[in-house]
Amino acid sequence: MTVRVGKTSTAPPFPLAAKAALQNDQLRRNVHNATTIIQGKRAQRVDEMPDWQQLRQAAKDIKDHTLAHLDHYLVEFERNCQRAGGIVHWARDADEANRIAIDLIRQYSGDDPHPEVIKVKTMTSDEVQMNAALEAAGITPIETDLADMIVQMGNDEPSHIVVPALHRNRFEVAEIFRRTMNLPNLTDAPEELTKAARTYLRNRFLRVKVGLSGANFAVAETGTVCVVESEGNGRMCVTMPNVLITLIGIEKIVPTFQDLDTFLQLLPRSATGERMNPYNSFWTGLTKGDGPTAFHVILLDNGRILQLNDERERETLACIRCGACLNVCPVYRETGGHAYGSIYSGPIGAIISPQLQSLQHSRSLPYASTLCGACYEVCPVKINIPETLIHLRGRIVREDQQTLSGKLAVENIAMQAAAKIFLSHRRYEAAQRLARTGQLLFERKGQLTNLPGLAGGWTRFRDLKPLPSQSFRDWWKARSKPSPHGERVQ
Amino acid sequence: MSVTAREAILARIHAALPEPPRDIAGSHASIQRLYRQTGTLDAHGRLDLFIDRLLDYDTEIIQIEAESELPFAIERALEHYDPQRILAPAEFPSAWLPDSVPIQRDHALSTSELDHFESIVTTCEIAIASTGTIVLVHGGAQGRRAATLLPDHHVCLVRRDQVVETVPEGLAAIAAQSHRPITTISGPSATADIEMTRIRGVHGPRRLTVILYGR
Repeated sequence: MTVRVGKTSTAPPFPLAAKAALQNDQLRRNVHNATTIIQGKRAQRVDEMPDWQQLRQAAKDIKDHTLAHLDHYLVEFERNCQRAGGIVHWARDADEANRIAIDLIRQYSGDDPHPEVIKVKTMTSDEVQMNAALEAAGITPIETDLADMIVQMGNDEPSHIVVPALHRNRFEVAEIFRRTMNLPNLTDAPEELTKAARTYLRNRFLRVKVGLSGANFAVAETGTVCVVESEGNGRMCVTMPNVLITLIGIEKIVPTFQDLDTFLQLLPRSATGERMNPYNSFWTGLTKGDGPTAFHVILLDNGRILQLNDERERETLACIRCGACLNVCPVYRETGGHAYGSIYSGPIGAIISPQLQSLQHSRSLPYASTLCGACYEVCPVKINIPETLIHLRGRIVREDQQTLSGKLAVENIAMQAAAKIFLSHRRYEAAQRLARTGQLLFERKGQLTNLPGLAGGWTRFRDLKPLPSQSFRDWWKARSKPSPHGERVQ
Repeated sequence: MSVTAREAILARIHAALPEPPRDIAGSHASIQRLYRQTGTLDAHGRLDLFIDRLLDYDTEIIQIEAESELPFAIERALEHYDPQRILAPAEFPSAWLPDSVPIQRDHALSTSELDHFESIVTTCEIAIASTGTIVLVHGGAQGRRAATLLPDHHVCLVRRDQVVETVPEGLAAIAAQSHRPITTISGPSATADIEMTRIRGVHGPRRLTVILYGR
């Protein structure tokens, strides 16, 4: 089994990628503008809900319950989906999911040597790099979400979970559309660009025989699948083709139809700051005379089950991909999504990406955070992202300590020494005295501006106040001594 | 013999979970749901809220009283459209359609035939005031999915007593029909993918007209 998450295996570590991103002023402006707008809209729509905290708690409880009985609910979903005419496939990893999809598309395309599929935004398909796999098999995937089109036509990577082309402004989008749609006179008015996308895709919606979707929710009790969207491209993709293939991460299961009443209130307000997104499509297997005549579901593991083992890590599987944590994150807002090297970016991406891959890749991401806690506060299903980041940092350190190079790393030696020093007050005080003497070498105008070694990482970007000549401990000791006048009574 | 992916996945989940399955239904039923399940507004307040939300999404609203006025209301909703290109589901009540407009019926039309129409007139199952949502349980007078999607203008009839206040009430009202295709619609198709600017109308109908009627 090989778990793969987009292009994480070849991505540079976060600090390196972030440095490049921070030098791109245009990108930073675009990301800043967009996240400021969504953040504000979300806050407004959440504030008008008197029962928001109760909704969050119920959603969290439903997710906890579902994950604790995941095998039961998956089998129940499978049974009800198949009873309604759907066919359920299971995929352990990315390659298996892609192989199932390719075989199905070939099977239904008959002797068409160059089959096409229309796709509605699915992060899960980006996770398994399905587009690349389809293209390698001679199949053309057509993205239909406006932002996904911009990403696909621009040969780009998604930079946000909900608004994948958030790093592009209208001028850049117009440039991409003029080139790929062959519309030299297209202006950069968003209305014009949207109209161009409508015209470009309309005959494809009518012509293409196979649709490919993800799912926001899959209901065990009924076998119903739900796709949440805004543009109508989702409705098109799940309705117009003869064949529909839906890729579902196994964590997307909810027990009952009524359970959706929490998520359908939490998701749109958190994701786009709307009371309700324009369209939700629900379908159960096949319906005679309405929609596709064949429906296949691919249930995907790809590293998810590993997270069930640990209670702290299991919580990550509750994510409903709203992107609210990205929009408020002081790190994401500066670097944008590409610096994370994963299609799952921002705070939630920093815990999803390394966990899916058993910390084999994306190891720098748990450190890409100031632990300010804004992500936890906005999370509609109460995932404690800061705690999980610390937990993953701990795992990474313990793993590194198992190797010789990890043992001998400067950081490890320094941390081990610090741990010993903190164990004894004598050692701690001696270390303070040593530091007070040592810092004299680096003090310039009352500031430490250029420290050596690990501490240099801090002073490269900001000055540090030197340790004062008297420590709090020294001051306390001096103060506690009874004065000769007997002011201090026993 | 190699294990199937299904067996492997289920076995690994089973091994990963700490507790053996107990009373799953009981545990699910014991989840506390302290959020608002039902609304608090009276019928008047509920309708005001619904209208406010529809307007917020750029939905057009025509308000009439009696069912008998429906043909006039539908005629008004369609006045700017080519009368040759207006569609209604086969099961849509004839008495509600205006005589003046030759509205065609969807008798299993092909996709390309459907794409030729400019407007579709349907009923709905229920509507949710707090989010300005209309809910179609497809089939019958609510139309099949493609017929409500390809035309650029959707005219939807909402009887006033079909409007509930909260999302939980709305889902409860359709739960028993979840085996049918369902679409919830909140305003016309829209996107904010370019610079977070809300643009009305991408692939779904660019115009949505709600006709409110009845008590």
